[in-house]
Amino acid sequence: MIGRTESTRVVGLHGAILTALFLLQFILPAYHHGMLTRIMVLATYAIGYNILFGYTGLLSLGHAMFFAAGLYGAGLTVYHLAWPVLLGFVSGVLSGFILAVMIGFLALRTVGVAFMIVTMMFAQAFYLLTLYYADYTRGDEGFVLTQNMRRLALGEWTFNLADPIIRYNAALLLLSICLIACLLLVHSSRGRVLVAIRENEERATMLGYNTFANKLMAMLMSGMMCAAAGAAYGLLFGYVGSTFASIHYSISPLLWVLLGGAATTLGPLLGTLCMFYLVDISSGYTSAYLLFVGLILVLLIVCFPKGILGTIRERRLTWLP
Amino acid sequence: MAAVTPLLSTHGVSRYFGGLVAVDHVNFEVLPREIRALIGPNGAGKTTLVNLICGRLAPSSGTVYFEGEEITHHPAHIRVGKGIAYTFQITSIFGNLSCADNVALAAQRALTRATGRHKPRNYRRTTLSASITEALDRVGLADRAQLQAASLSYGHQRLLEVAMGLALQPKLLILDEPTQGLSDGEIEHFCNLVKTVATEATILLIEHNMPVVMALANRITVLHHGAILAEGTPEEIRANTAVQKAYLGANGGEEGRVDY
Repeated sequence: MIGRTESTRVVGLHGAILTALFLLQFILPAYHHGMLTRIMVLATYAIGYNILFGYTGLLSLGHAMFFAAGLYGAGLTVYHLAWPVLLGFVSGVLSGFILAVMIGFLALRTVGVAFMIVTMMFAQAFYLLTLYYADYTRGDEGFVLTQNMRRLALGEWTFNLADPIIRYNAALLLLSICLIACLLLVHSSRGRVLVAIRENEERATMLGYNTFANKLMAMLMSGMMCAAAGAAYGLLFGYVGSTFASIHYSISPLLWVLLGGAATTLGPLLGTLCMFYLVDISSGYTSAYLLFVGLILVLLIVCFPKGILGTIRERRLTWLP
Repeated sequence: MAAVTPLLSTHGVSRYFGGLVAVDHVNFEVLPREIRALIGPNGAGKTTLVNLICGRLAPSSGTVYFEGEEITHHPAHIRVGKGIAYTFQITSIFGNLSCADNVALAAQRALTRATGRHKPRNYRRTTLSASITEALDRVGLADRAQLQAASLSYGHQRLLEVAMGLALQPKLLILDEPTQGLSDGEIEHFCNLVKTVATEATILLIEHNMPVVMALANRITVLHHGAILAEGTPEEIRANTAVQKAYLGANGGEEGRVDY
């Protein structure tokens, strides 16, 4: 239950952050402008991951398959079938949806470690599929969506998604939609049920909730958001390759979410932002930058096990969603 | 008695765990609006029987009926929807949520069931917060609504558990050892609470504390080795020699009374 003042604060904070992101594009130099675009798309991926991991308490090690489902769902249709961008995007999200239904029905029969392993195995299978059908996907090498393919026609207007300004705002739009959707979910009675399942599934059942159906719903939302991020990534940056389906991309959102704060709405964005700049800054000094990043992560987990925003929420701002 | 349709009935339910017979062909009936106590020595199968009733376990054989409808194969959450609420023996509230949120989880479920999903938001919100306040009020936790549930004392956590049961607006409220670990004052408060709840719901009470059982129950069922040993009013059970033997062992008690 949240009071009026709290919900005003929450809406204010999220509005302020989205506005700040909008305004930043006018002052950022080109390099950081491009980087922030990438961060916003990947933060959307992390937000989708957080719905399942942070709020529902299901740790998946295979979310790269949802990201890649969106990426390929959009990329392949645009590249091979010459579908318009918008249709390609829809096809990407739909691919994520279908995959989430299938994976959900199978993987949600398991919990805990078994769930981690099952999702990881499915993701590996998906990764191998992208390599196996190299005739279409061109495997590791991937394929490039040319600028001509990435023109978004809306009525009389045509947007070139390769244009940095369009790209930035498209990424921001996607991030805003997913962030607001996540916020609405968390504040709904449905979101409370997800948290209840995370805290004590047995008890949630005995309060009359079909926990399987609720977890499946979380899986679908998460899968679709991650696929939307994947589709946007392919369409905005013009490259589709199987690296994005690899285990590396399954682990990344977990790290971003842990860093920013699991089960916080803004944690995924903050975590992705910090991680990118951590890598960016440290790689400027040393080629062993991953060692540096690793050390910082270890310190963070030891000192702030709940992530940046999770810790702030615990100690100071208890109203943070 | 035969004219009254039982609210809940089991017909020959059994449950085996490997070679162990936990519940053995039990025919058990609970009538509407009664307070029924289920007692028995440790390991008698009380909790197993209740788990068969509320759907946390599937019976090895036999059938379960609720309001005349067979529910043997309904999953637990459906049974809760039909009006069977279960409060856990081991306190299992959502420690990280506030008391109000704990009760809200129960109340919003009851609300969805009662009104359907498509009522206006404001209506739902006001009804929801009203039923949360009411449930917390009845157990005496209204002033602690915004506290984190884990920060409550053990006795208050048990009461919160009961409040969650009440917020479900059940027809049958199953209380599994509700007074365990409560102080005398809390037990008295609890007994009064159960009496008021009993005016609108049927109560199945699993309890070790005999004074509580004797004070509350209309009828008592004694379970021993997975089977029903005796059933009757508190007076009848008190006087039943088989029950005394089961509780006190073969050599019997010095007074032969069941009031520990």
